[in-house]
Amino acid sequence: MSNMNLTLKIWRQNGPDDKGKMVEYKVSDISEHMSFLEMMDVLNEQLIAKGEDPVAFDHDCREGICGMCSMFINGEAHGPDRAITTCQLHMRTFNDGDTIYIEPWRAKAFPVIKDLMVDRSAFDRIQHAGGYISVNTSGNTQDANALPIAKAAADEAMDAATCIGCGACVATCKNSSAMLFVGAKVSQYALLPQGQVEAAERVKNMVEQMDLEGFGNCTNTGACEVECPKGISLENIARMNRELFKSMVAG
Amino acid sequence: MKLDAKIPEGPIAEKWQKHKDKINLVNPANKRLIDVIVVGTGLAGGSASATLAELGYNVKAFCYQDSPRRAHSIAAQGGINAAKNYQGDGDSPYRLFYDTVKGGDYRSREANVYRLAEVSANIIDQCVAQGVPFARDYGGLLDNRSFGGVLVSRTFYAKGQTGQQLLLGAYSAMNRQIARGKIEMFNRHEMLDVVIVDGKARGIIARNMVTGEIQRHSAHAVVIASGGYGNVYFLSTNAMGSNATAAWKIHKKGAFFANPCFTQIHPTCIPRSGDYQSKLTLMSESLRNDGRIWVPKNMDDVMAIREGRKKPTDLAEEDRDYYLERRYPAFGNLVPRDVASRAAKERCDAGYGVNATGEAVYLDFAAAIERYGKEQCKIHNISNPSKAEILSRGEKVVESKYGNLFQMYEKITADNPYKTPMMIYPATHYTMGGIWVDYNLMTTIEGCYAIGEANFSDHGANRLGASALMQGLADGYFVLPYTIGDYLSHDIRTGAIPTDTKEFDEAEKAVKERIEFFINNSGSHSVDYFHKKLGKIMWDKVGMARNEKGLNEAIEEIAELRAQFWKEVKVTGKANEINPELEKAGRVADFLELGELFARDALERNESCGGHFREESVELDGEQKGEAKRDDKNYAYVAAWEYKSESAKDSVLHKEELEFKDIELKQRSYK
Repeated sequence: MSNMNLTLKIWRQNGPDDKGKMVEYKVSDISEHMSFLEMMDVLNEQLIAKGEDPVAFDHDCREGICGMCSMFINGEAHGPDRAITTCQLHMRTFNDGDTIYIEPWRAKAFPVIKDLMVDRSAFDRIQHAGGYISVNTSGNTQDANALPIAKAAADEAMDAATCIGCGACVATCKNSSAMLFVGAKVSQYALLPQGQVEAAERVKNMVEQMDLEGFGNCTNTGACEVECPKGISLENIARMNRELFKSMVAG
Repeated sequence: MKLDAKIPEGPIAEKWQKHKDKINLVNPANKRLIDVIVVGTGLAGGSASATLAELGYNVKAFCYQDSPRRAHSIAAQGGINAAKNYQGDGDSPYRLFYDTVKGGDYRSREANVYRLAEVSANIIDQCVAQGVPFARDYGGLLDNRSFGGVLVSRTFYAKGQTGQQLLLGAYSAMNRQIARGKIEMFNRHEMLDVVIVDGKARGIIARNMVTGEIQRHSAHAVVIASGGYGNVYFLSTNAMGSNATAAWKIHKKGAFFANPCFTQIHPTCIPRSGDYQSKLTLMSESLRNDGRIWVPKNMDDVMAIREGRKKPTDLAEEDRDYYLERRYPAFGNLVPRDVASRAAKERCDAGYGVNATGEAVYLDFAAAIERYGKEQCKIHNISNPSKAEILSRGEKVVESKYGNLFQMYEKITADNPYKTPMMIYPATHYTMGGIWVDYNLMTTIEGCYAIGEANFSDHGANRLGASALMQGLADGYFVLPYTIGDYLSHDIRTGAIPTDTKEFDEAEKAVKERIEFFINNSGSHSVDYFHKKLGKIMWDKVGMARNEKGLNEAIEEIAELRAQFWKEVKVTGKANEINPELEKAGRVADFLELGELFARDALERNESCGGHFREESVELDGEQKGEAKRDDKNYAYVAAWEYKSESAKDSVLHKEELEFKDIELKQRSYK
């Protein structure tokens, strides 16, 4: 395949109080082997050469694990491909002459900082509310093999724990709900014996903080699961609801 | 100044316990009066912040990412070593110590490495208690795998995302302390200088990367946990933001920088595809358990493959050169990282590279797929299975072992590695060199500590797989929190450190002037333009193979590039806003000094050891002909550099002679 010429329509917003608008750019000679963010690098080099302000976007590891990159591309979180982050999206997914729409995550709880960068500190605050096991790091805990854990439970906890905290679930959800994110953390601990001691307090506090941050509720659409780059299952939301119910019954 | 590593007396196995028994402690009420700054929130910085806060100190933690959970430790794939001996295969702290010193080609400090091996088992206990979901067997106990360079199974793992799970464990421990108010977290903040008062590190100058505000933060001690400097090559497996600025700033104010030329080039990464490339992606070392590495034997086939006239699968067995198996029959495809990387370079330099750039070799799973397929057919009692049946069953086995890596490879390259060999090439991965520290992890600045990849201490000239995670957590959870108390015990009556002093004034002024300079320079080239040029010099002349001529050229070229950078760099935008170009400019300015020192260190060390290969220092005859030749007589020391000016030509070399009392020095042989 030969190289592509593309039209980009990108959300530009100079700070949280700016109104923001879509701005059109052209890029040419884009190789199909480039990652989406490398295409954005090409655009930014072009803008810098012209003395214009480059497009601000979050990115770091560029291998799909840090959870920093966060673009809403042609109406989908992390773009058209599945089970990947924006940095793993490659240009071969697009065709010569395409127009690509690039927007930030949009949610009340994720205010735009600039252009495509949003503030996801609400996720951190939910974790502060209970996303941990209260054990000191003294090294004086019991031996790691003192307590066998069924392989199935450990594997399921691992599946929940692979959440990278990118926020694609929130950006995708029509209610801007964070329940897949919170459900994943609650589930990781709920599935392990170490998490049982504080289970009731944890789920109550995390859900309360989630509501305080202004995330919406879950209406079981399942779009979050489809767009999640790590394939976090909806079952985690169900488990979180069960845990919450249990905590209320227990008082 | 004479270097004093402060290694405790006594037999190696008793040093750490005796040291802990003797050092001063700070009582819990007094810990509340003491502030500690931690820069970086990866495995080392995150675990140190959490533990210091639990002990009662007031911690201020800084990271440039939007959350501490995103530090690049998160990208570590394979696992973490620990001398638990759960497999009953004869492992012990001594063996882990021995393997690490030997793997590091006898250029690390024995006492530090022994301590690392000693506390390694505690790390696993700790992480399990935190809810880290390590892989388990059907009996519910922890599973282990094996890694390169060792003869036991001591690597604990969580799928291919061990770094992620360990970091999220440290992050959760931090969150508990942030919630209690014991850690004050500064996300999207970058340290731009250290402040020294009366010879002691007493604070930092940081920039809020959202507002551009320049801030003063004081503390009784400063801990640097900002990772390695692999991005000096521009292309590496590091994150885009990984940088050496925090480490370099303390170096400029008195912290010696040790062994900068000890850098690990990892053999199995996805090759570069074009000039636009922004980073390189690692394919886990575990793949070499089943993959066979080869290039075509004949140049005709190389050309035919490059031009698309032939596919790798078209080549008959006898037309392939499995060069690792040919050169190293004993270890084959599982030679250590440095050896595998140099062998790939040797073939590609000779013209046998298999992609358009000429810098790629094959990593082929066909033999493994067939072997596993046949085994499966036997297990399932299928007599005379068809080829398709065998392959299909074999692919399933390979998928269960490496599925996520194969998927990652396919997403990046659009090639299916079950059907055609992967293409791989070495890439910069980890830096063993770093800030010089003593046994207490203190740098040559009093009250300034360096932990994790940022220091130099444990891996010598080459790091073994699954040891980086171990070191980061050992430093942060179990070493620094105790050794720092000895120093801080003298500060219980000091009181809060004021920031309205001339030392803070001066440091802040210098930081602001540099930012103003960048914003107003209106040059003609972007920051990346210079960074890419630096990377090319480093890769071509200070890369996998180095020689005197190339290193001298590199030193001159980097100095010239640095001069050009200060004249012609162009930074768009303003100082008081989010400005990624400004952030990059500061980091590249520091890389332009570090790169020169790196080359100078490589020039001074005229021996080949670990990741540092000098073409002048090879075995001339015998079975080891052409292999790296270490020179213990002249170079069994740590090269600790003192900063004098931006030119590394002025830097002063201090030597810490290494003593090997518990391990006999031997040549590494993988033949």
